[in-house]
Amino acid sequence: MNSANGIQRSDFAAIAEWVKPGSRVLDLGCGDGTLLNYLKQQRSIIGYGIEIDDARILACVRNGVNVIQGDLERGLSDFADGSFDYVILSQTLQAMKNSERIIKEMLRVGLEGIVTFPNFGYWKNRVQVARGHMPVSDNLPYQWFDTPNVHLCTIADFERFCRERSIRIVERKVLTNGAAVSVWPNFLGALAVYHFGS
Amino acid sequence: MDEARTTGPSAPVVTPQVAKFNEPLTLKCGAVLDQYELVYETYGTLNSERSNAVLVCHALNAAHHVAGVYAGDPGNVGWWDNMIGPGKPVDTDRFFVIGVNNLGGCHGSTGPKSINPATGSPWGARFPLVTVEDWVNSQARLADRLGIRQFAAVMGGSLGAMQSLQWTISYPERLRHALVIACAPNLSAQNIAFNEIARQAIITDPDFHDGNYYEHGVTPRRGLRVARMVGHVTYLSDDEMASKFGRQLKNGTLSYSFDVEFQIESYLRYQADKFAEYFDANTYLRITKVLDYFDPAFECGGNLTLALAPAKASYMVISFTTDWRFSPARSREIVTALLDNRRDVTYAEIDAPHGHDAFLLDDERYHRLVAAYFERIAQETGHEQR
Repeated sequence: MNSANGIQRSDFAAIAEWVKPGSRVLDLGCGDGTLLNYLKQQRSIIGYGIEIDDARILACVRNGVNVIQGDLERGLSDFADGSFDYVILSQTLQAMKNSERIIKEMLRVGLEGIVTFPNFGYWKNRVQVARGHMPVSDNLPYQWFDTPNVHLCTIADFERFCRERSIRIVERKVLTNGAAVSVWPNFLGALAVYHFGS
Repeated sequence: MDEARTTGPSAPVVTPQVAKFNEPLTLKCGAVLDQYELVYETYGTLNSERSNAVLVCHALNAAHHVAGVYAGDPGNVGWWDNMIGPGKPVDTDRFFVIGVNNLGGCHGSTGPKSINPATGSPWGARFPLVTVEDWVNSQARLADRLGIRQFAAVMGGSLGAMQSLQWTISYPERLRHALVIACAPNLSAQNIAFNEIARQAIITDPDFHDGNYYEHGVTPRRGLRVARMVGHVTYLSDDEMASKFGRQLKNGTLSYSFDVEFQIESYLRYQADKFAEYFDANTYLRITKVLDYFDPAFECGGNLTLALAPAKASYMVISFTTDWRFSPARSREIVTALLDNRRDVTYAEIDAPHGHDAFLLDDERYHRLVAAYFERIAQETGHEQR
């Protein structure tokens, strides 16, 4: 679900910093393959994407990215246990029907996972809710009636989710407008980027 | 596996050529063909680096005439002409494309109806059972003859795709890309069952004469017709048949007889008659066996990942959602094995209503993907030339 359209998103650089050179990467909902191409250039990865949309599959072929057409909601059954160093879910977690299963699948197929999602606890979102409206912003660009986002969460929610399932958070980055946020992340951070393992 | 479909009024004119081989070819069954001929066609121009060659492998009832037309016969359009030609997804202005009739065929290459030099009469039942591996070996010799050390791509649909998959195993160094379309890593019991029905129809035809019908001046037309009908039904989806024919009546009313009543009956009989006119029953029997035998994982204890370990090619795997003969799940088995081997692979599942035959039809998404993939191949080839 990357809607980058050639524009490098701020979470890409954060992800690239964690990915070791030459590693094997599976990008779930890889869009037109921008992130995979970025990682190929920056980290010489061996990458594959999974994507459901015909037009994005075509874009991946044009961009020279390995892509497998498939529906993430059906899990990753075509992929063997531990077959990737990293499985990435970039700005897609909130749109999954079964968020818990995909996180488990990421840790089955990958040695480690990287997930990015818009932080619902970001103060601008809280202000909009306090004023009586569902938030609409750069990171949450949809109206309530046409949003693909069905499982929005806050940074606190995600960390509790991991704690309760013994998922080890390796590292966290919180970004607002591309800049790192270090204090009150769940209030001041617009975008959360997590690196986790089992 | 369907018959030629016509597109492109500006199709180029081609001429089939014959390559004669005198080096004996040992087949998988143990038999040896001392000499044989392969009939083939080429489109486009081989570049000076000989790096732009594409081999197109045919499925059950097609042959070397993959694109264009013959001089004086503008109606005889190649079976994959919507895919291959100037400005088409496989652009013959950039690629040198080769179509070849496989061994055991009935379109000019050595097969059951050819004369056996040892006896001076048609091979008939004595023509050995060939396999996908044998075909690939014979195609490699044709490549040698044409001075092609490495193909830019080998491509095919259905049984043709099995050949492109086998190429990557048998000759990993001799191709850079494989397009594996509407394929399966082996036939299911149901697939083999359909083939066996087709074979029984032919073999039990009184005109079959144990395969030596040529000398009796007859052909097992009835068996071949039934075989074709069974096959044809499996290439179409239920929905496609419903939308094309439904329960339409041929003459608007029921006749309470065994004459043609429903349109689908008329269609099947027409297709069967047409097929029995030009196709050789011994070839049909053998090609169904080629399909049944194909199973690259067999010699690796059923492990397809191991079977594909020698491969070096990059792959484009395509399936069609309504293909119940070689379903998307079968293509995904291939994809999984390629992923296990860290091969470059792109997999697309085209949502098309036409069943197995979809690989031969015009579908914008499908053709755009193939065009985009060949664009990539062309860029690599161009890069190598610099």
